[in-house]
Amino acid sequence: MGLYIHLPFCVRKCNYCDFVSGIYDDGVKKEYVRALLKEIGSLDRKYDTDLSDTEIETVYFGGGTPGSINASFIENIMNTVRDNLRVRDDAEISIEINPGIVDDEKLRIYKANGINRISIGLQSANDDELKLLGRIHTYRDFEECYDMVRNRGFDNVSVDIITALPDQSMEMLDNTLDRLTRKDPEHISAYSLIIEEGTPFYKLYGEGGSKREMLLCEDEERRMYYHTERLLSEYGYERYEISNFAKPGYRSRHNISYWKRIPYIGAGLCAAGLINEVRYKNTDDMGKYIAHSDDLLSIDERIVINREEQMDETVFLGLRMTDGVDIGNFSDRFGVSLKERYKKEIDKLCDQELITIDERILKLTSKGIDYGNYVFSCFYNI
Amino acid sequence: MKNNGQDRIRNFCIIAHIDHGKSTLADRIIESTGLLTSREMQAQVLDNMDLERERGITIKSQAVRTIYKAKDGNEYIFNLIDTPGHVDFNYEVSRSLAACDGAILVVDAAQGIEAQTLANVYLALDHDLDVFPVINKIDLPSAEPDRVEAEIEDVIGIEAHDAPRISAKLGTGIDEVLEQIVSKIPAPSGDINAPLKALIFDSVYDSYKGAIVFIRVMDGSIKKGTPVKMIATDASFEVVEVGYFGAGVFIPCEELSAGMVGYFTASIKNVSDTRVGDTVTDSENPCDHALPGYKKVLSMVYCGMYPADGAKYPDLRDALEKLKLNDASLNYEPETSIALGFGFRCGFLGLLHLEVVQERLEREYNLDLVTTAPGVIYKVYKTNGEVIELTNPSNLPDPSEIDYMEEPVVKAEIMVTKDYVGPIMELCQERRGRYVSMEYIEASRALINYELPLNEIIYDFFDALKSRSRGYASFDYELKGYERASLVKLDILVNHEEVDALSFIVHADTAYERGRKMCEKLKEEIPRHLFEIPVQAAVGGKIIARETIKAMRKDVLAKCYGGDITRKKKLLEKQKEGKKRMRQIGSVEIPQKAFMSVLKLDDDK
Repeated sequence: MGLYIHLPFCVRKCNYCDFVSGIYDDGVKKEYVRALLKEIGSLDRKYDTDLSDTEIETVYFGGGTPGSINASFIENIMNTVRDNLRVRDDAEISIEINPGIVDDEKLRIYKANGINRISIGLQSANDDELKLLGRIHTYRDFEECYDMVRNRGFDNVSVDIITALPDQSMEMLDNTLDRLTRKDPEHISAYSLIIEEGTPFYKLYGEGGSKREMLLCEDEERRMYYHTERLLSEYGYERYEISNFAKPGYRSRHNISYWKRIPYIGAGLCAAGLINEVRYKNTDDMGKYIAHSDDLLSIDERIVINREEQMDETVFLGLRMTDGVDIGNFSDRFGVSLKERYKKEIDKLCDQELITIDERILKLTSKGIDYGNYVFSCFYNI
Repeated sequence: MKNNGQDRIRNFCIIAHIDHGKSTLADRIIESTGLLTSREMQAQVLDNMDLERERGITIKSQAVRTIYKAKDGNEYIFNLIDTPGHVDFNYEVSRSLAACDGAILVVDAAQGIEAQTLANVYLALDHDLDVFPVINKIDLPSAEPDRVEAEIEDVIGIEAHDAPRISAKLGTGIDEVLEQIVSKIPAPSGDINAPLKALIFDSVYDSYKGAIVFIRVMDGSIKKGTPVKMIATDASFEVVEVGYFGAGVFIPCEELSAGMVGYFTASIKNVSDTRVGDTVTDSENPCDHALPGYKKVLSMVYCGMYPADGAKYPDLRDALEKLKLNDASLNYEPETSIALGFGFRCGFLGLLHLEVVQERLEREYNLDLVTTAPGVIYKVYKTNGEVIELTNPSNLPDPSEIDYMEEPVVKAEIMVTKDYVGPIMELCQERRGRYVSMEYIEASRALINYELPLNEIIYDFFDALKSRSRGYASFDYELKGYERASLVKLDILVNHEEVDALSFIVHADTAYERGRKMCEKLKEEIPRHLFEIPVQAAVGGKIIARETIKAMRKDVLAKCYGGDITRKKKLLEKQKEGKKRMRQIGSVEIPQKAFMSVLKLDDDK
């Protein structure tokens, strides 16, 4: 089982970001962590399941910027987690940090509390682009941060970048990739920019936005996507999911569990969990969360996933990974043949050269990745 | 009622341009004569279809009887016959007028006389009705009752110096209107002892009683047991019930005699036996001739109607059957389209009638419809001497078999303030109009007469007229006849396949322009596919316009983690739902709304 812990705190909100996160004063942070600890202390009741014997294989601190809060909070949280759940010795424990907000002391505490994977938000190695994105750091800050992480002895480091930025040239992308590969992290997430509603970017680049024409066209975006993959593979990174690359042995176990539908607990504001085929989601209202973290009122959504949906999710979430969907596992789990259930869809999508299938594996072709949503929708609610 | 002699009956209607307050005045009259208390009154009693109330127009004729105690101490029976207020329903209007002895002309105190005001007044005068004017909406800040009074006298030529100045909305001046109904509308005349002669001015279908036939008795009388015959349809029945109209209810009575307005039932199962305008007489003692003015109603506009979900075809058939029971002017017959499957080719009086039927099907029968471009009836003269009345463009014979074609032409009257005369004439020219005349009915307003091909005005002419005159133009038309024209069939090809439901007939000179606009519109409406799609317009197999829908290069979410899954699923669901509303033509999926959006090709762009 996985455990996701949400820390919705930022020093500054980035222009493209639509995550549930914001800038809060220290009082709120303290209240929030107190509430979070209460939630972690009452998970059994929340999910109506005895979790004491369940082994936690991955823990993920996401946000916001978990690295921006006082490291002692992280320590408290980890202690409470261990008090209430069985965290495996070999568990992958990740935390998201940003350049400019962590010092060596924080990293020391992370390490001391078992955190063994650091995910750094770089987004771009070009300072102009960092400014455009509304980041608070420069590339130089990133290098310092990265070196500090390495010096502290973290040997599993991931870096996030965003590609296809407004008006981005191939040279600029190359500069980011070049600088990044020279740092040699174990894992890279490279996301094509999504213009999300409600963000400052949406006003500029969204429907009717004043700078919409600055956005790259689909062809350019795809060219960058392929280029990124080609270049990273030259440096030994393998793409294992639509936007994720890793050196052998360094795939994100936590994120893979989402795509494999391994159960996970979500703790914190707006966090989601999947337990016993029910999807839970906490409230995204900070006040409400703080007031009700130890009772069931913090849960906003509780969606039962029926068998049909479980099968559909297994396929379209699995297809995000380059390993694809294991046909044998599917029939073991559901007692239904994947090939028979989706015969019509599979035939059509194979004709369109969007998927391939053999005795073992169903997966997207390279063209299929381009049209992922279309393929996923074919497998959804058949 | 003791006092039911003819001299105490007033049969009248209210005529007005749309929105001048006809229905509101009708409500006030009903309210003030005590048939209903204002508490019982739902606004606009006469327009009792939801649709009528929403659109503020009267679609079917309605009638209501009220009792008014006049200042002379006598009680009068008022039969108020509400007439349809749209040019599509001109024939129904004329029959309703024929059932009246007089009319109240309502003119808006701010807007003055409009095209429909004139058209309706002429229609009323043609039927020898006595017309008295009422100036409404005097409560508006922009009201100019003096100017409007003068306008009525100058333009229409009827006395207006004592026209009641009212606000139907606020209820001011209604008493004066009621008194003038008594003094200015003549009592009916008719021979009670002559053979029965009654005019059918509407009918509705009731599942228990059969057709309920609305009549104005001209001569003689009708009661339970009278053996009746409809002269035009030659159908005979025995009367089961007669009565008059309460507000929304039928009130049975003993007998209806000369001068009275009411209804009868006779277990009539088929409303087509009760045609508006037909004459009812006593089959054993018939009158010597029918009332003048009867016409078989002809559909002017045709379109294909298809269920969005092919499995709903039987539901659509049943719904049309039911609507037809109450609407003799609706015609339909089954047809098949390669693109849209099984459906019906339906005939309507005009575009408004079409829209009303479409909305009723969707609302009252819960059907999701795809409609093809409305067209008119063309006459195709073939080289072998045969003449075809073409209602579906797909049935157009091969050009080599066609000698020539004719299209319907209307006489249009457009009233517009002088600033917009130019743009309106330009619009008429663009629509292949033939200028007939123009006269200034007062210093600032002109009445323009044009002859226009019907197919140029059925879809968006009215909208274009409004937009080019900033709402100041009003418009009315009547069918003039058929004229020879150079017409071609415009075909649309999507990914090289002809989409039959998108074909339509156009004038050869405008084929290119329309073809180009169709392609542009379809380019907007058809979503991008994984491959490039050419959209082409063709005449006689020759491509005249083309647009290309570029291939989609990418459709993938960069991120999907634990917290996103529910949201992402909703997105996929939407994508999937969208697909269900598509029609597959070859390998291309065309949204159903594309079939209809091409009807509105904005000309001002």
